Amino acid sequence: MLHYALRRLLTFPFLLLIIYAVAVLLIMAAPGEGLETGSRELSPEVLAAKKAAYNYDQPWYERYFWTWPKRLLWDQDLPAHQYEDWTVVEILRAALPVSLQLGVLALSLAILLGLTGGVLAVAYRGRWLEHLSLGLCLIGISLPTFVIGAVLVIVVGLWLGAVPVGGWGRPSQALLPALTLALPYAAYIARLTRSALLDAYAEDYIRTARAKGLSETRVLLDHALRNALLPVLSYLGPAAAAIFTGSFVVEKIFMIPGMGTHVVEALNNRDRSLILATVLVYSVFLAGFNLLVDLLYGVVDPRIRVGATQA
Amino acid sequence: MSTPHVSLWHRLRRSRRAGLSAALLALLLLLCLGTLRWSTSAMRAQHLDQTRQAPSLTYPLGTDEMGRSLLWRTLYGGALSLSLGLLSAAMAIVLGTAYGAVAGYVGGRCDAFMMRIVDVLYALPTLLLVMLFTVSVGDALEQAHIFSREIARLVVLTLAIGGVSWLTMARVIRGQVLSLREQAFIEAARALGIPTWRILLRHLLPNLAGPIIVFATLTVPQAILQESFLSFLGVGIQPPQATWGSLAADGVRLMNPIRFDWWLVVFPCGALSLTLLALNFLGDGLRDVFDVRSR
Repeated sequence: MLHYALRRLLTFPFLLLIIYAVAVLLIMAAPGEGLETGSRELSPEVLAAKKAAYNYDQPWYERYFWTWPKRLLWDQDLPAHQYEDWTVVEILRAALPVSLQLGVLALSLAILLGLTGGVLAVAYRGRWLEHLSLGLCLIGISLPTFVIGAVLVIVVGLWLGAVPVGGWGRPSQALLPALTLALPYAAYIARLTRSALLDAYAEDYIRTARAKGLSETRVLLDHALRNALLPVLSYLGPAAAAIFTGSFVVEKIFMIPGMGTHVVEALNNRDRSLILATVLVYSVFLAGFNLLVDLLYGVVDPRIRVGATQA
Repeated sequence: MSTPHVSLWHRLRRSRRAGLSAALLALLLLLCLGTLRWSTSAMRAQHLDQTRQAPSLTYPLGTDEMGRSLLWRTLYGGALSLSLGLLSAAMAIVLGTAYGAVAGYVGGRCDAFMMRIVDVLYALPTLLLVMLFTVSVGDALEQAHIFSREIARLVVLTLAIGGVSWLTMARVIRGQVLSLREQAFIEAARALGIPTWRILLRHLLPNLAGPIIVFATLTVPQAILQESFLSFLGVGIQPPQATWGSLAADGVRLMNPIRFDWWLVVFPCGALSLTLLALNFLGDGLRDVFDVRSR
């Protein structure tokens, strides 16, 4: 186990380097430097000064693999191409907490709704509640987020006028975006829970629990659910990563000033320094979540002690 | 896997949901692609005296902010959405099948290495890199003037979406090949001295038809979904071209508490949702027929 953990920890920086290199490669495929705004012609002196400010006078490998990372992380003075008064770090500092709050809220909602849906579908097998739950799951999985978001905005926000439909700052403004972001994952968790519960019902210990005279509710919640939690748990890592890195659409619909908004804007403005920085942030989170989940596997389920059998 | 095709059709036809979905999809494809030669120009015709009109007899689905008929725009957007989805799914299927078959058949160190690459690709922030790819390589292609500007966008989108959707396919196919290659008929083929590429093409591939078809029907909605996300974010298709995703984005952008033109959101989203649901139903039906263990 320790061996495996160490190896995974050591591959972590390599993975980051690979992702960063791919991003640099893609950025260099685009023509120009993203400095010409297009609206008006810059004088040669201004352009030269701008290029120097972003280290475009250096060769690319020095710029992308030494100067920019150093200015981004160490000096923290790398400016964004489009908003020159702002450094990339300042933008990230403002945007990251927003996306994190949204992500945490959405993940909790997804777990809550998903588990409830799955348990209800099994508790009311063959009745309308199961069909309702399964139907909602299908909708949640197959419809794009912006459709669900638009429907929620129209029905809850505009027709009922219950909550504001955009912006960020008040708790009521977070409800709809978090729900929109959570629904696909809630649907998937509900499906997972349901099939794991049905699998568990085929086991002997359920018959034993019933033979002991336990109520059906206690059999379901105490005995079946506990064993059905493992697949859900192992899905939480990918889900957390996907929720955090997949909030672009939701942030656009609800006008939330988070990471996703900045990513889309940076891409549309060809803002190279901001793009590379966001790629870095996202990869740290994604690779970090994957690492965490793989390590937790061994802790949660002693049957999967990865590496123990190999050594 | 060795099911004769006749009984396969029988079993598929027994599933009414899958049959209805297939019929609906065929109808949508026919409608969108069949009208493409008229919709290409009609979707751009502006009637600036009739902007944001609600559905009426002249404009069955209403008009947008420039007075363009939403019916034509939805038909045109559907043609682009569907063909982009089909094209990139096709690319993902060919790529995934070839990769998985080679890895599974060759086995050993080569297999381990090839699958490690897939693992690493799985761990990338996919949507972000696809967006970056579309923007950067799209710009490069436009500057290169090999294609017209509009074709360049389509090519880049297909490459980007197809390039990230083949991973699951490769894993599934590899698993199938791993078990197939131990069977007697492959051994017999090898004993007869048939070259490897021929074994792969003539003996393995026909036996992989089941999982390939099932994952194809599940990859197409994924590809359409990806494209609609990109176009919704403004990274994919650029105006004056439009897809269901970009039409929905236009509708959402114009949505506010004071004025809300529901038809601009409802029709593109509805068409997209219907297609995705039908494709998922069809995929589920096919999976029941072939009984492939998914995931």
